[in-house]
Amino acid sequence: MTKVTEKKEDVIILFAGDSGDGMQLTGSLFTNTSALYGNDISTFPDFPAEIRAPLGTVAGVSGFKLHFASVDIFTPGDDVEVLVAMNAAALKANLHQLKIGGTIIANTAGFDKKNLRLAKYDNEQSPLLDKSLDKFRVIELDVSKMTREALVDSGLGTKEVDRCKNMYVLGFLFWMYNRTLENTETFIKEKFAKKPDIRDANIKVLKSGYFFGDTNETFTTRFEVESAHLPKGEYRSIMGNQATAIGLIVAAKKANLDLFYGSYPITPASDILHELARHKNYGVKTFQAEDEIAAVCASIGASYGGAIGVTASSGPGIALKGEAIGLAVMLEIPLVIINVQRGGPSTGLPTKTEQSDLMQAINGRNGEAPLVVIAPHSPSDCFHTIIEATRISIEHMVPVMYLSDGFIANGSEPWKFPAAEDIKEIKPNFADAEKSLEDGAFYPYARDERLVREWATPGMKDLQHRVGGLEKDFKSGNVSYDPANHERMVKVRQEKVDRIADFIPEQKIEQGEDQGDILVIGWGSTYGASRTAVRELINEGHKVSQAHIKYLNPFPKNLFDVMKNFDKVLIPEINNGQLINLINAKYDLRAIPFNKIKGLPFTSREIKEKLLELLS
Amino acid sequence: MTKTNDIQVNLTAKDLATDQDVRWCPGCGDYSILKQLQSTLAEANISKEDTVFVSGIGCSSRFPYYMDTYGIHSIHGRATALASGLKASRPDLSVWIITGDGDSLSIGGNHLIHLLRRNFDVNILMFNNEIYGLTKGQYSPTSPKGQTTKSSPMGSLDHPFNPAALVLGASATFVARSMDRDPKHMREILKAADSHKGTSFIEIYQNCNVFNDGAFEVFTDKGTKADNVILLEEGQPLIFGADSDKGIRFEGMKPVIVSLSDVSKDDLWIHDSKDETKAYFLSKMFDEPGSEGAMPRPFGVFYQEDRFRYEEAMNEQIDRAISLKGKGDLDKLIRGSSTWKV
Ligand code: SF4
Repeated sequence: MTKVTEKKEDVIILFAGDSGDGMQLTGSLFTNTSALYGNDISTFPDFPAEIRAPLGTVAGVSGFKLHFASVDIFTPGDDVEVLVAMNAAALKANLHQLKIGGTIIANTAGFDKKNLRLAKYDNEQSPLLDKSLDKFRVIELDVSKMTREALVDSGLGTKEVDRCKNMYVLGFLFWMYNRTLENTETFIKEKFAKKPDIRDANIKVLKSGYFFGDTNETFTTRFEVESAHLPKGEYRSIMGNQATAIGLIVAAKKANLDLFYGSYPITPASDILHELARHKNYGVKTFQAEDEIAAVCASIGASYGGAIGVTASSGPGIALKGEAIGLAVMLEIPLVIINVQRGGPSTGLPTKTEQSDLMQAINGRNGEAPLVVIAPHSPSDCFHTIIEATRISIEHMVPVMYLSDGFIANGSEPWKFPAAEDIKEIKPNFADAEKSLEDGAFYPYARDERLVREWATPGMKDLQHRVGGLEKDFKSGNVSYDPANHERMVKVRQEKVDRIADFIPEQKIEQGEDQGDILVIGWGSTYGASRTAVRELINEGHKVSQAHIKYLNPFPKNLFDVMKNFDKVLIPEINNGQLINLINAKYDLRAIPFNKIKGLPFTSREIKEKLLELLS
Repeated sequence: MTKTNDIQVNLTAKDLATDQDVRWCPGCGDYSILKQLQSTLAEANISKEDTVFVSGIGCSSRFPYYMDTYGIHSIHGRATALASGLKASRPDLSVWIITGDGDSLSIGGNHLIHLLRRNFDVNILMFNNEIYGLTKGQYSPTSPKGQTTKSSPMGSLDHPFNPAALVLGASATFVARSMDRDPKHMREILKAADSHKGTSFIEIYQNCNVFNDGAFEVFTDKGTKADNVILLEEGQPLIFGADSDKGIRFEGMKPVIVSLSDVSKDDLWIHDSKDETKAYFLSKMFDEPGSEGAMPRPFGVFYQEDRFRYEEAMNEQIDRAISLKGKGDLDKLIRGSSTWKV
């Protein structure tokens, strides 16, 4: 029979199942193939908080959302078109995201009495059998059974056989979206090179899923998402934490310094440590410390020794590092502090995203302890932003806090990567005896016109000096309890950070005119949702613009000039209102807050609706 | 290990002093330790620019300001953590950690034990005065139970740490004890610590004459020292007493005090700092002086062992990664393993 192919601009698939069902892998493999087809892509995994939450329960559902398109996109998207539900709990947890008319691919074996009970369906009534799913198209596949049948002669045990079932779903989806299996087959061959029976089983099941779509008469329509008109060039797919890690290696090399990374395991920052630990052949020193405090202190020690010290954590760990970060402020040495934010306070929502540590970054230390705060806005932007953070830290002898979040860290997108040679050199402000001695004496706290002191590291002859957390004399750096000196030093540390505004780009308008009815201005991971919402409204003829702040402390010098040309300024944040406090306190303007604090990113629709409400 | 000057300069203790006024209370035991260390390092003819003193917070932690080397006076309890990162990134430096009983055993306890198991090649000088001096006299983790202080007017309830036993338990590779009032002994121990490759931990009994005067008097006072102190000498029998008439011998699994009129020297416990079991027993000789059947308190090198050092292993891994994968190429890193063209 003939099968028709229908073109689509963009599709969102949500793969959901038990955390052992391999949904993250399935999603990643579909992503990689879509990337090779030239689609624009944005992904977002949604992990359960427990590593192995009870099987079959809603708490144990692991999801992977993939948005792929023939147009450029900036978010994992709002309306799910296809929901893969490996069991009843996966359906229950995610049905609300599926758009009316969307498709559910349900693994019927996951809807037996036991699964229905675990998912807490009333009276163990299967949603596949009542009318509750009438608004959707339901494709029932007995994935478990078909996988077992495909592997009946494989000689593998039931457990190993069942592990292949995600490949069946993947094969079916590849058929549905008109993709070849080649890329995934290559992956499987590499991954299971040493286990030929597992390799063959996975490939067989993958193909079975594909052939099922091809030969089964119920499925008459396939979909085609053409390649996107992305700017010409070479691309790779990149996740936020990965981009942060490789950006650090590049930054250190560009500064010609050793990279020392001290950290303690914490979700969702640990992947940076894992990635860096894989690259020891770049001379990277990773140090898994005994706790958060040791991690930052070891990094300060490394920076004191002339390496670039970097430490990373999430909010709770950053709180523990606070005192040591204050020491780095006092020492005026380079230190990059990465905070991959998650839901707080306290342990909060470890696997969910939030932007609630901005105030902590700006103010979270005792005393007047200013530092630089900078935030990436997308997975690939992590690369450039961490290099920028490292540059400022090294060239201005100041700690820099880099605020990523769970959404950016675990999300992925295609990246038109740069050539290493196009990345600017970073120039450490090293002392040396020839230029730094004044009548034979060394003044470690003498400053240049940027108020930056020189970096004298052990081993430099005749520049021995002592530093510490006690207040320093303005010039000699010796301990000083002089009242006037303390006031002067507090002001000078602040002024040094403020002057960095002369060395960062001006705030620009991301899209839209430079004046109009509303400016949407955000920071960090709200970028994509704002971008999509504003683009749609501009296309619909509204006078709406978008700006996005990367440099949160100090702000770009022209920030107020950019904002004041709009009737209204809207600040969407995944917190209870933090950037807005800084802006309303600093500038003569009343920005409007728009907050979501559900551990989830904004959808573009939410922002669009808010804008329409303000426009009316 | 110290790094010595390439060119022949003859350092004196004075060359290692800074222009800063030393601010400890007059009569504080810290002065003696500063002096002994300056003369030991001068004698070793260290290279000043390759030496770093790292301290935490407390009276003793002022130490770096008085040494004309590189130095960091860091935050409370964290000197050990900071020094770990410094040594990991700069294995070429000679790193000295100056800490106190509160700094290293209370707020910094965690970092201390982890530094010891990693065995960075650094030296830890733990000034034990059994009190918090800088904060004006509260009991510390080494204060004896029942000690009355400002924060324990009815006596401290805490059972004290036994520092030597603690660090042995944390796999320290060099453990020694000395005292501020015995300069010669201290210089010897400092020298031995310096030449040890790996973490050297020296506990130094230090008199805080303002808040805990005389805490160690029985070990330092002429009249009582001989009966309460046993000086450990490599390969020598454990003998003590005013007339060197007492010794220590193993009976079963227990060290006991014997009189040399009954027992021959050859049957005594011979000190062997490579013997971990013996070191354990030495560390447990921690009785309250004067208490019934009290063993004398040992001073000297309890234990030393040659074990791999973290910073060397770290560099070896990097070398191994380079030999396996080749020296990292930035473009390769940025491209990753799979790319596509638009
Ligand atoms: S308080 Fe005690 S330990 Fe501190 S300087 Fe004075 S005597 Fe020395």
